[in-house]
Amino acid sequence: MTALSTVDRPAGDDTIAARGPVRRLSSWLHRHRGARLAGLLSAPLLWLLVAYLGSLAVLFVSALWTVNSFTGDLVRQPTFANFRTILTEEVYRTVTLRSLGVAAAVTVIDVLIALPMAFFMAKVASPRSRRLLVIAILTPLWASYLVKAYAWRVMLANDGPVDWLFGGAGNGPGYGLLATVLVLSYLWLPYMILPIYAGLERLPDSLLEASADLGARGGRTVRSVVLPMIVPSVIAGSIFTFSLSLGDYITVQIVGGKTQLIGNLVYANIGAANNLPFSAALATIPVLIMVGYLVAVRRSGALEEL
Amino acid sequence: MTLSRGARWLLRGAMAVGLAFVYVPLALVLVNSFNADRTFAWPPPRWTTDWWVRAWENAGAREALWTSTTAGLGATAVALLLGTLVAFAVQRYRFFGRDAVSLLVVLPIALPGIVTGIALDTAFRSLIEPLGVGKGLFSVIVGHATFCVVVVYNNVLARLRRLGGNLEEASADLGADTFQTFRYVTFPLLRSALFAGGLLAFALSFDEIIVTTFTAGPGVQTLPIWIFNNLFRPNQAPVINVVAAVLIVLSIVPIYLAQRVSDTAAGGRL
Repeated sequence: MTALSTVDRPAGDDTIAARGPVRRLSSWLHRHRGARLAGLLSAPLLWLLVAYLGSLAVLFVSALWTVNSFTGDLVRQPTFANFRTILTEEVYRTVTLRSLGVAAAVTVIDVLIALPMAFFMAKVASPRSRRLLVIAILTPLWASYLVKAYAWRVMLANDGPVDWLFGGAGNGPGYGLLATVLVLSYLWLPYMILPIYAGLERLPDSLLEASADLGARGGRTVRSVVLPMIVPSVIAGSIFTFSLSLGDYITVQIVGGKTQLIGNLVYANIGAANNLPFSAALATIPVLIMVGYLVAVRRSGALEEL
Repeated sequence: MTLSRGARWLLRGAMAVGLAFVYVPLALVLVNSFNADRTFAWPPPRWTTDWWVRAWENAGAREALWTSTTAGLGATAVALLLGTLVAFAVQRYRFFGRDAVSLLVVLPIALPGIVTGIALDTAFRSLIEPLGVGKGLFSVIVGHATFCVVVVYNNVLARLRRLGGNLEEASADLGADTFQTFRYVTFPLLRSALFAGGLLAFALSFDEIIVTTFTAGPGVQTLPIWIFNNLFRPNQAPVINVVAAVLIVLSIVPIYLAQRVSDTAAGGRL
């Protein structure tokens, strides 16, 4: 204790005598590693396991229920009827494939836009402008999702700025599937740029110089050195762009015209149709896809990049 | 890296086009908030500040702003506590299921929002509501906190990894107990990471609409929900546009704050 008492401690600190029980608790904790760990983990695990995983479990169990079509009451008898409907009816397969296509297209577009931007930021720009560019990429992340989707609704409106750019009303793409892909790419672009930028920033310049010294031109260095090393970052970004696109139903409503994705079907079944079990069954599709994706990329080290 | 002059210009061009892609739509919202035409005819025929006055007087928007702020603060508080605890456990201890825990923290944000939303909604309806507790602002906070934990966790984890344990061992060697070490050594070192994580958590919550749609009780309207409900009403369009413009301008505030506390330019990890 003498060591501590000579330290200049803030006024009003507890006296040594008053710290008796605290001290004892502290040293007890110090000796019992398990107790410390339990103390740290109990609250968060209670929340995530009970509140979150518990809810997911309830969701999946209810996917096996059905709704009585006359009374609208839940029938709590497990059956695979919902899944059978999803697997056999054409419309669900079409919508699932369309959603997957949209998510994949958004991811590819974002990678293509993000790679040169992130590379410029990390390896070409001066340190001063690099800082400003990072801020410029981060700022729109703080602007509301809805505001950005709304901005595109105005941009793509009939006789709006995009039509004007194409030379008159009705010449632009308008609302629809193309607009959905475009706006989703716009929305999730920063989520792709930032991990790739972080990955490139960690990539030592000396590696690129070594590649040049060994005779590789710029293009060869990018292909053989840069790209293989930032794969985990790209995957990390793709988790965001893919998952966010897969579950989206708001943007589709705002700029998608009549387009429907999985999210819309889930939403329609829980709202208007009041068929919660069927919604739950539909919602398992994106969950299975995402869990499969997460498990597949776990070994690549991408999860550490999130 | 040695790049040819042409490649440099190509990259610079890509950066400029990319930034234009990001900022033109946002700038358009700002410009349109002064567009006198109700349907935002382009180019604007006349200019007005009338919509700003109308938006300011809109009670629904103001109430929704207040609801969003409360929900955001609640969710951030919970996320700060839980995220920090998990980060300490994962970073400082080796235990069975450690990888599972870190996956569990990421899961709420990795799964599509609509899944988290209807999962919580189903749980609320079938487990909590029979007890007589309906959905309300509380359930919104629960939903938001669930996916906000990960951003605090990521920030604190990264900071703990960088700090190592030497300073804490030194503190213990000098006679400080566990709590004193936390209070005088660990916490001050974590403060800016907590701030960055909290800021991100607040922004995530403030902006969230999907989980909110499913967890909000009747009458609870956050700002995104309010905007969405009014989005398809043509006579509300100019007011919505002003609210959107305000939110765009306000997004500069957290960036500024994050820049002040941390000099790692990113101002927090996603």
